[in-house]
Amino acid sequence: MGSNSSNMNHIPDGQQLLQDTGFSAAQIIRLYERFEFLDKDNTGHLRPEDLETVPDLDMNPIGARIIGAFFPPGKETLDFGSFVRILAHFLPADSNRTRAGAQQEPANSTTGKLRFAFQLYDQDRDGKISRDELLQVLRSMLGLQVTEEQLQCIAERAIQEADADKDDAISFDEFRKSLEKVDIDHKMSIRFLR
Amino acid sequence: RRYCTYKRANGDVALTHRESPLKPSESKSSLNHSEHGHDSIITGIPIVTFKWHHVEAPYIIVLWILVAGLEKYSFLSVIESNHHVTNVIPESALLICFGFILGGIIWGADKQQTFTLTPTVFFFYLLPQIILDAGYFMPNKLFFSNMGAILVYAVIGTCWNAASLGLSLWGCHMGGAMGDLDIGLLQYLLFGSLIAAVDPVAVIAVFEQVHVNEVLFIMVFGESLLNDGVTVVLFNVFDAFVSLGGPKINAVEIIKGIISFFVVAFGGSLMGFVFGLLISLVTRCTKNIQVIEAGFVFVLGYLAYLTAEMLSLSAILSIVFCGMCCQKYINANMDERSVTTVRYVMKVLANGSETIVFVFLGISAIDKSIWVWNTGFILLTLLFIFVYRIIGVFFLTWILNKFRLVPLEFIDQVIMSYGGLRGAVAYGLATMLDENKIKEKNLMVCTTLIVVYFTVILQGITMKPLVTWLKVKRAAVTELTLIEKVQNKAFDHMLVAIEDISGQIGHNYMRDKWKHFEENWMSRFLMKPSARKNRDHIFSVFHQLNLKDAMSYVAEGERRGSLEFVRNESAIVDFKKKFGDEYSEVMPDIMADTSDDHGAVSAVGNPVPSVSLEMHEQTMNGMRETDDVNSHHLLQQHLYKGRKQHRHRYSRSHFEVNKDENEVQEIFQRTMRSRLESFKSAKMGVAPPKHITKHPKKDQQQKFSEGDSASGPEASGNSFPMRISYKAGDGIENPAFMPDMDPMSQVQIPPWLAEAELDSGMVAPSQRAQVRLPWTPSNLRRLAPLRNSTHSTDSFMLADAPAAHKPGGPRGESDP
Repeated sequence: MGSNSSNMNHIPDGQQLLQDTGFSAAQIIRLYERFEFLDKDNTGHLRPEDLETVPDLDMNPIGARIIGAFFPPGKETLDFGSFVRILAHFLPADSNRTRAGAQQEPANSTTGKLRFAFQLYDQDRDGKISRDELLQVLRSMLGLQVTEEQLQCIAERAIQEADADKDDAISFDEFRKSLEKVDIDHKMSIRFLR
Repeated sequence: RRYCTYKRANGDVALTHRESPLKPSESKSSLNHSEHGHDSIITGIPIVTFKWHHVEAPYIIVLWILVAGLEKYSFLSVIESNHHVTNVIPESALLICFGFILGGIIWGADKQQTFTLTPTVFFFYLLPQIILDAGYFMPNKLFFSNMGAILVYAVIGTCWNAASLGLSLWGCHMGGAMGDLDIGLLQYLLFGSLIAAVDPVAVIAVFEQVHVNEVLFIMVFGESLLNDGVTVVLFNVFDAFVSLGGPKINAVEIIKGIISFFVVAFGGSLMGFVFGLLISLVTRCTKNIQVIEAGFVFVLGYLAYLTAEMLSLSAILSIVFCGMCCQKYINANMDERSVTTVRYVMKVLANGSETIVFVFLGISAIDKSIWVWNTGFILLTLLFIFVYRIIGVFFLTWILNKFRLVPLEFIDQVIMSYGGLRGAVAYGLATMLDENKIKEKNLMVCTTLIVVYFTVILQGITMKPLVTWLKVKRAAVTELTLIEKVQNKAFDHMLVAIEDISGQIGHNYMRDKWKHFEENWMSRFLMKPSARKNRDHIFSVFHQLNLKDAMSYVAEGERRGSLEFVRNESAIVDFKKKFGDEYSEVMPDIMADTSDDHGAVSAVGNPVPSVSLEMHEQTMNGMRETDDVNSHHLLQQHLYKGRKQHRHRYSRSHFEVNKDENEVQEIFQRTMRSRLESFKSAKMGVAPPKHITKHPKKDQQQKFSEGDSASGPEASGNSFPMRISYKAGDGIENPAFMPDMDPMSQVQIPPWLAEAELDSGMVAPSQRAQVRLPWTPSNLRRLAPLRNSTHSTDSFMLADAPAAHKPGGPRGESDP
């Protein structure tokens, strides 16, 4: 199972993906197999319904948002390249060391990861997390015993903490600043099997 | 039975030394010097007798405990004022030195060492509580995430240390470096096995002050706990081999040794797990005997230790897993006061035992009869321990990093090697050697002592400078903010989702599965039904914080003379005074009550100052064992503490809370109002009070606008309960949370703010609230007019007997 680029020929954009993301060839092949498995009707594209068939995703409080992250507003289909690029956010940061031809900001850098997380909150893509957006995420994540009012207290408090310019919403910089003590690399990486 | 065994001198000579001041009133009949009791001739009725032997044994024990406690107190108050001393020298080193001094005194008095640390005392009475404390406060999530690495270090690392040390020493012996010693290969291996293990007590003591990042800490600490499984096996196996003699060892015996490792390790853990479940079950059923349910924890924990010891399994593993397993359920099931009791007692016992252990380690050295010096042996041991530790750690880390998600850095590895401290466990094992079989037992004991001193004192002192010099990643000093908490939770969910989508069965998937299993099956079995309902961390924490807020709010009101400041929105709450101190007087035990189960930093203002036990807070930053959002931190910050908290891990001393007064003021203002509203509604019924007069409504609306304007100079039209734009399809739709379009119905107006009479039928305070809040704010309102009278203003008395005229003047707790 070496990094034989001959196997990559049938993968669309294979070489490009090798360069852009931090994945190894074996990982890309494996992801392609997964992509094909998810793509039940073999169109070469995924649709939201395909992702929703993944077991346990409906039990996940932010499962719907994650699916939404794969399908930015306006796009109904997902090709393999986009699939991989989004998953690349979750590579551990240092595996990107040798990618010389990478874009300026690799997806799995701390900033890239944070941007992905930010977009999970910011559904309307206006660059800010408003109180309502935060409230929705809180509502889905926290348990059922918490009343609406308490949720609002929590949301308000969260905004107060992070909101430096007092515009009642959290911008990306404020978001990043509030998380500067967290080891993002540890918390937002998964192991991709070779 | 003597607990504190000491070598008895011949006859009564030694005893008379200690009985110096005999009371003058001792009549001629109190010839109690003789150990044989009263075979004296009584010539008259003794009025007072001096019966030393009667109380000798327990007296001495208690004296020692007192000495240990006093010394700790003196260190804290005297030496800590000279702050840089304890910053440089870890407390354990100071304790050992103190032990030297004490040992010297006793030696000088008795010409022999009457007090030493015997294995029995150490292993049965001092060690268990330290380990139980470690297990109970262990951050489970962090531990299990790194379990693989920890096991590798504990098992393979310890075996490597033992084998390499034993073989090298034997090689040197053969090469003649040690002169004339009567030690065979097997005995060298035995010595190697007892000195190879990293000691948990020493690790806690030294690392407590250094605050390295949590992954590094859990590696070293976890290793020190788990390697007991290996140490026990190796020690027993080699001990048996030494007894059997060289020729009898064949492959069968070796295989038996390997099997015994698995049995000991897994058996011990399983035993601990079973006892942990037992404790959880017991606490589930003890609704009616809340007073003693705390006791069960300790008794059953100790039983876990003893049972494992009885079955020759690993006792340390047993008690560690017992503590780790039961933490969550105990904290959920037991009454809050019991939880507090358990935590305090745990810390007291562990602290005390640790102190005694280190002091005795110092004392035991001052004993001429055991000292044998062999330069080669001792120096070579020190050298080899150091070198082989480094080799072992680096090699194993190199292998592990191939499999780890985020590799361990070089600097971390250096600290890990340097942090391989040996301590009292090694010494205890050394003194357990049979001197008939092992002729050079004294040499081994001495070497062990020297190794312990070297690691604890020298490495302990140099650890902190080394960490600073190498710029090791430290534990984050600040308290997590709410955003971090929420985000951590979001990360967990995110990772699980991504793993699902990309088809990997990963670590997160496993954790999620375990969480579901645990929630649906284990909690059902082990947690009280009422605790299960409130299991959502946020709710219980929210409730506690509301209570705490309300109480401190009321106390503040007392201090200022009335609660008018709340109604008057333009009032600025002045916190420039040191309200912290006053609070600690006003409500000393309330603070303890409201501490969270996983020990968030409680405390309004200063934590309980004189109880220097860091029981309120013990966990790692942010890595909580439960995955739920711990917005209690956030909620705590609603109050006085601002954003900066200094959190120690496993710290046993108290700490200073940084308070930014302005922040505090601002936060209090902003959030007290919303807190008030949610307070009563959180605990009591959901029905809004029937009378809502204009005033409270105005109040409330003003509060809202106040709340809004506090968060921004321009009141953005988004005042919070009013407009919630809910896009269908976002997130999970939960009908319970569909916002009502009528904002008023969502908000409960606290009854005591309603102008209307407090109709006690409307709001039924729960039993807890009644118990906890003897003074409700409505009672306090009466304080204001009574201030100038000679009535006592003690709210308790007022609540009880409002009409009674109490002589004795006003108790000026809060003079206006």
